[in-house]
Amino acid sequence: MPHAISPEPTTEPSDAVLPDAPASDAPSDPADMSGDDTAAPVLGAAESDKENRLEDMFDTDSDDDEFSSSAAKAEPSTTKPAQSGKFSDPGIMKAFYQRLFPYRQLFQWLNHSPVPTIDFKHREFAFTLSNDAYIRYESFASADLLRKQCIELLPSRFEIGPVYSTNPRERKTLRKKSAFRPLAKELVFDIDMTDYDEIRTCCTGAQICPKCWSFITMAVKVVDVALRDDFGFKHILWVYSGRRGAHAWVCDRRAREMDDQKRRSVAGYLELLKGGDGRGKKVNIKRPLHPHLQRSLKILRAHFQTDILAEQNPWEEDEKAAHLLDLLPDKALTAALRKKWDSAPHRASTSKWADIDALAATGVADKLDATQLKEAKQDILLEYTYPRLDAEVSKKLNHLLKSPFCVHPGTGRVCVPIDVAKVEDFDPFEVPTVTQLLDQIDEWDKEHVKAEEGEAENDEAGGAGKEQEKEKKLQDWEKTNLRPYVEYFRSFVNELLKDEKTAKREREEGGDPMEF
Amino acid sequence: MIRQDFGLRVDPKRRSNLSAKQRQWGEPEWQQQDYAHRLNFYTVPPTADISLEEFEEWAIARLKVLSELESCAFRNRSPEETATYMAPILEKHLPLHSNSSRSSTLQGERKKDHFSHFILRLAFSSTEDLRKRYARLETQLFRLRYKDDDTRERQAFIDSCDDLKWEKVGDEEKRELSQELKDATPGGLGPGRRFEDESWFKVDWERVPELVESRRVFLKRGMAYVPSREQSSLVVAEFTRRLDQALELTARAIPRLDEDDRLTPILHHLSQSFTAPDTAYSTADALPGTLQPHAANIDSLSQHFPLCMSHLHKTLRQNSHLKHFGRLQYTLFLKGLGLSLEDCIIFWRKSFRLITDEKFAKEYRYNIRHSYGDVGGDANRRGRGYTPYSCQKLLTEALPGPGQAHGCPYRTFSPDNLIPLLQGMGVQDQSVLKGVREDVGKQRYHIACNRVFEYAHKKEIKRAKDDFGWGIAELDTISHPNTYFKRSFMLKHLGEEVPKGEKMDTD
Repeated sequence: MPHAISPEPTTEPSDAVLPDAPASDAPSDPADMSGDDTAAPVLGAAESDKENRLEDMFDTDSDDDEFSSSAAKAEPSTTKPAQSGKFSDPGIMKAFYQRLFPYRQLFQWLNHSPVPTIDFKHREFAFTLSNDAYIRYESFASADLLRKQCIELLPSRFEIGPVYSTNPRERKTLRKKSAFRPLAKELVFDIDMTDYDEIRTCCTGAQICPKCWSFITMAVKVVDVALRDDFGFKHILWVYSGRRGAHAWVCDRRAREMDDQKRRSVAGYLELLKGGDGRGKKVNIKRPLHPHLQRSLKILRAHFQTDILAEQNPWEEDEKAAHLLDLLPDKALTAALRKKWDSAPHRASTSKWADIDALAATGVADKLDATQLKEAKQDILLEYTYPRLDAEVSKKLNHLLKSPFCVHPGTGRVCVPIDVAKVEDFDPFEVPTVTQLLDQIDEWDKEHVKAEEGEAENDEAGGAGKEQEKEKKLQDWEKTNLRPYVEYFRSFVNELLKDEKTAKREREEGGDPMEF
Repeated sequence: MIRQDFGLRVDPKRRSNLSAKQRQWGEPEWQQQDYAHRLNFYTVPPTADISLEEFEEWAIARLKVLSELESCAFRNRSPEETATYMAPILEKHLPLHSNSSRSSTLQGERKKDHFSHFILRLAFSSTEDLRKRYARLETQLFRLRYKDDDTRERQAFIDSCDDLKWEKVGDEEKRELSQELKDATPGGLGPGRRFEDESWFKVDWERVPELVESRRVFLKRGMAYVPSREQSSLVVAEFTRRLDQALELTARAIPRLDEDDRLTPILHHLSQSFTAPDTAYSTADALPGTLQPHAANIDSLSQHFPLCMSHLHKTLRQNSHLKHFGRLQYTLFLKGLGLSLEDCIIFWRKSFRLITDEKFAKEYRYNIRHSYGDVGGDANRRGRGYTPYSCQKLLTEALPGPGQAHGCPYRTFSPDNLIPLLQGMGVQDQSVLKGVREDVGKQRYHIACNRVFEYAHKKEIKRAKDDFGWGIAELDTISHPNTYFKRSFMLKHLGEEVPKGEKMDTD
């Protein structure tokens, strides 16, 4: 991989301040730095560091499941290790963490203020190293220190946890355990394609295609509008999880400070499909439909014809069609349908769906009333389209979730934010991989060196003006396809900061304004 | 009496007016409490004198009520069933009549209720666990009483509390949102009720998390529109919130309890007797000698498994994989069977056929070791990991999601899928299946499970009773998957003894 050994990144000292950090932002306190050094983790200690309760570990587990099924699937095992090794190559990761990761934006996002506050300093970070050791309870006094640690450890990914009442690094020095407790974290959601396996026909396990990505699109739309209109949240960041899912971070202060019970109730409000595989009918809702479900139904109906019936074609196989029949209410109707479909195997789902109404209209099922059938059809529609959240992730304040802008070790794709206004246009296959990005930097540099040389030859007199331009050096991410994503993230963070600022001022001013 | 600093004294300065000599004998002047309402938020601690006997008696009476309430929850009784079951118990131990009953003992009853609540507060504030349990049961009790309270008196009680006043939804807004408000009311408005007559409150949704969770309110921009009949939920939530806070305070104040050594033993005794009915299962004393589980004979032992575990076992064999909670539930069960950690790891390693050794070691081994208490934090290791899940635990957990197989199948399966599953296990008797269907319909899942057990072991149970003198103690209702296994195993191996020191394969 040629760009990995391009001289520029490696010569850069690893503890340099952020390229775009203003001087004031650099850590002036030497204690910060030394504190960081003493806490530098030892790999062997990773296991003892895992001394957390099983719930905490559930997170790693569920995320691991994301890769696990990939290994279990048909992919030839000989190419697999090479494939996954490609993106977690230390050279690539080092270049990525040195040149591309937007630490400053991430810092501002978590910190809610220009100067480091508790929100950032007491925030837990957890690193997964390339050897799969897992280091929890890391925290950083500034964005620079986070950067330094990333470059040192080259984690294959890192996760973000809650803000604690004391610095997570110092938790062992506390005399009372209760002094160390989580205070706040964004309300998070995790939508993963694995949960759709029983209804998607195009791919299974870790694979995705544009067809099944529409499940995620639907989910994002439904959840996003509910969080905004119903719960009144404003700052919702959607992030592509790097392979086949999406995360949501609800960043409003009101959401961050919710306790477990409130998180559970939001998750419960949004959760619709209940019951394991033995349950049969997964949607059992009472009528009248709750306004949230009516709205969701409206959104999803538009997708159902095209994305489900036509593209997924979920009931083409007899076995799957049998499940559809199970979901319909009337015996006479299902018998008639079964007869019809048996005589024409592999009838397309669109036709089958139409058959239901057509046959019902002929009056085979005289006992069946129209509303009953309509409701059953609504339930089926919801079962095949309604978001399937991994609700456990949302229910706990102390649950960790992968940070935005990490690299997915399996695909090499960067976990970029999704602009929810354009969620329809988001294409996971267009998301740049880390290797592409590094190539783009090299290309850009090459071009500009060439261009500059050319220009320099052309007019030797205008040197002074050129000097100034050179000083305004571009960030490395600005030279690549990562640019629009970072810029979107930056504008998201700015909006959040604006709200935080006014809220803070109101709090501080209180009832009587200060006189100056 | 117990002095609590946060209590309301009539004249807090009065004490200092007394001279030092007088202070010791000075009569403290407490506010005479008058119980105007049947319900009580227990904000003001009691201040009158009571005898030590009363102290203990009243506390025990309340304790009885609470533990009966808890057992209702364990038995999965519906709210209506609980109410009927609890009525005589409440009447006996802790009667509380309405104002309209004009009972002469009204004040006495309310005093007893008030005092006993605060005594138990003292007894159960020491640990987080006790606090949680106490708050939960007290909330249930409050809800129970709230429900059967006279409507008018209830309203009077609510009006007397300042915190319970909420913004009403204005007429215009109500008209604008009429469709949404109607749709958000489960089951509609009810027969004979007109929309115009109903009223709604508007509160921050955070105040009614229960209603939000089950989608029983309309939400708009962070505000919840609560129908007036759901007010109970708001009141109960408020009750819980206050109680939680107060318990926290009590816990902090208790070390400074100003008392001689008369109360502490009583309080200690009370909290001791409030331990849960023991559904935990201890491995040490329980297992018959003929049982020698190891990684290779789980398949043959699985014939003795209860449905929840045999379903997991089958799913594991089918998919060569189980999801996290399934693995956890099954691992703990196997641990309870006496399967050693080494064998357990071998068992899982072999069962996950499609996974490489490296992946297994990386992603699954740790969790198994964690369940056994081989790794993890200090507390986990000292406690030897987790105890195997009881039926109660399985029945109160969240339902499994798509692709998950854990939990109690009697609860998680729809009856139409459950019956074939049972038939697959060899339960063919129609009357048994019908019984199961009824039990499940009434949410008596563990009864259904016991019914299946009795059917499957009919012959052996008879033999055990006749020839081996098994009594009621040995054949008590099963409330733990491991008990199910153990009893099934022992029944099939009646009278078999293992010669000492000799290893022997089961089956």
